[in-house]
Amino acid sequence: MIQTLTDEKVALLTQKANAIRQSIIKMLVEAGSGHTAGPLGMADIFTALYFHIMHQDPQNPTWKNRDRFILSNGHICPVLYAAMAHAGYLKVEELQTLRKFGTKLQGHPHREYFPALETSSGPLGSGLSQAIGMALADRLDNGIKSPLFFYTMLGDGELNEGQVWEAVLHAGKEKLRNIVAIVDRNNIQIDGYTEDVMPLEPLRDKWQAFNWHVQEIDGHNFHDIIAAVGEAQAVFDRPSVIIAHTTPGKGVKMFENDYKWHGMPPNKEQGEMALQELRKSLSE
Amino acid sequence: MVPSFINLDSKTSLPIRQGFGDGLLEAGKIHDSVVALCADLTDSVKMTAFKDAFPHRFFEVGITEQNMSGVASGMASMGKVPFMASYAMFSPGRNWEQIRTTICYNDVNVKIVGAHAGVSVGPDGGTHQAIEDIALMRVLPRMTVVVPCDAEEARKATLAIANKNGSAYIRLAREKTSVFTTKETPFEIGKAYSVYDSGVKEGTKKVGIIACGTMVYHAILAAQKLDEEGYEVAVLNLHTIKPLDKDSVLFYARRFGKLVTGEEHQVAGGMGSAVAEFLAENNPVPIKFVGIRDQFGQSGTQDELFKHYKLTTVDIVEAAKSFI
Repeated sequence: MIQTLTDEKVALLTQKANAIRQSIIKMLVEAGSGHTAGPLGMADIFTALYFHIMHQDPQNPTWKNRDRFILSNGHICPVLYAAMAHAGYLKVEELQTLRKFGTKLQGHPHREYFPALETSSGPLGSGLSQAIGMALADRLDNGIKSPLFFYTMLGDGELNEGQVWEAVLHAGKEKLRNIVAIVDRNNIQIDGYTEDVMPLEPLRDKWQAFNWHVQEIDGHNFHDIIAAVGEAQAVFDRPSVIIAHTTPGKGVKMFENDYKWHGMPPNKEQGEMALQELRKSLSE
Repeated sequence: MVPSFINLDSKTSLPIRQGFGDGLLEAGKIHDSVVALCADLTDSVKMTAFKDAFPHRFFEVGITEQNMSGVASGMASMGKVPFMASYAMFSPGRNWEQIRTTICYNDVNVKIVGAHAGVSVGPDGGTHQAIEDIALMRVLPRMTVVVPCDAEEARKATLAIANKNGSAYIRLAREKTSVFTTKETPFEIGKAYSVYDSGVKEGTKKVGIIACGTMVYHAILAAQKLDEEGYEVAVLNLHTIKPLDKDSVLFYARRFGKLVTGEEHQVAGGMGSAVAEFLAENNPVPIKFVGIRDQFGQSGTQDELFKHYKLTTVDIVEAAKSFI
């Protein structure tokens, strides 16, 4: 069960999301490479997951009954690392080692280097399949009333991958009610806008046709995010997908809605401007 | 002569994949954590007995080999021991990257079962004859690669990989072949053993034969012929390509000074290549490779195809005699 969202909690989540965005900027400037738009765009959803929705214990990352979070689009890992650091899985200072030799925080997630991760990812399209495997194994052990949920994040460009649709078929077949897929519908991918590169619309209809429960939300509204996950948890006969409409680069005007920031980090100057903007928006 | 645990007079012929099916059922009885996934080829890859015995632990994933790899990975990360099976051409043929990233790189305990490997698949033709799979799997860090020589060895190998933590690939052939190993034949992952030895002979030509899978039987017949003709010869069943049994390979290289390798696979990247890589660094000896030479398979009977691609007993004998 998800706790009721109070105004105080919304204020707290807003602060956390801002801190996570600032961490993302600092990490990327220090690393000198990496993805900017996706991580900033997903900061609110990661904040909601790690600070309100998921049952986990950062002090005991291998706790057997934890909810699982499976990042399928591994390239947005700066937001995962930042959210996990702010939640207590690693020191916030360690974020500055992103992409450096010997780091826990590999350029794309590698569980061997950072065992608190549920999986390794980078090549697109594989996360939902892994969530299905986890949920099927859990169903064998804990039955259909298992309290665990399996959250998996996919990019919209990632939906070009054939494997995703194999998995969408499969989860529909197995009626895996405790899978919650979240699609980052930010409309950009490396070569341009998703509807130019490989059109996805009508996206809602596609998932529905594969026997999923579909919701579309504003991915920057904590009330929307948390209500949608609550609704997904209440659906008992099928898996759920939340198509989260997000603004790539959200929170920093110069990065917003421009696909060139998909795979590029800010330089030092741009980073400083971004941090100023983020600090300012927090004081407003 | 052959050791006592090899029975060349065996009247039993079984497909190697049948041994896998028997081994999987046994492994399932021993370990509750063993689960099976199949991509719409359940009977053909011999998972039916497991499915009937443990219906809740069997997962039909449809024709989704890429998805199957991820599902198996997810199950393994929750403590299960998944065996995922299809034809080798499709798994690991089609889902190589998923196996690399979500299974090996991710370091989870998944067993990949590639059936219908080799040209002996026969009439189905080249699209269905995986002759590159050893190369695809042995190049992956952490992957164990096992190629059993008959149904009995496949049974033992299946149990052995179920007991060993970590990713593993087991390669199976389709057609019935002689079951010439016995319950007494030793099997340990990474430990090759001799299936023929002429004994030491003074002042005569020497050649060592290293074979895997369906070629082991042919290698024994070739060794018998060479023995009769005066050669000092032995045959090593190198059932585990990775980890390589370096001691046994080194022993053969030093004893014989010349080696023939035999496999139903491309010469490039296969078992012989693994042997050659190791020996080139540690004890270089001349090697003749019996295998498929940069070609695709085609339709035909097993006998026709073995003749065409030069994989027969005669070809092994000729390779042994071709050393200058």
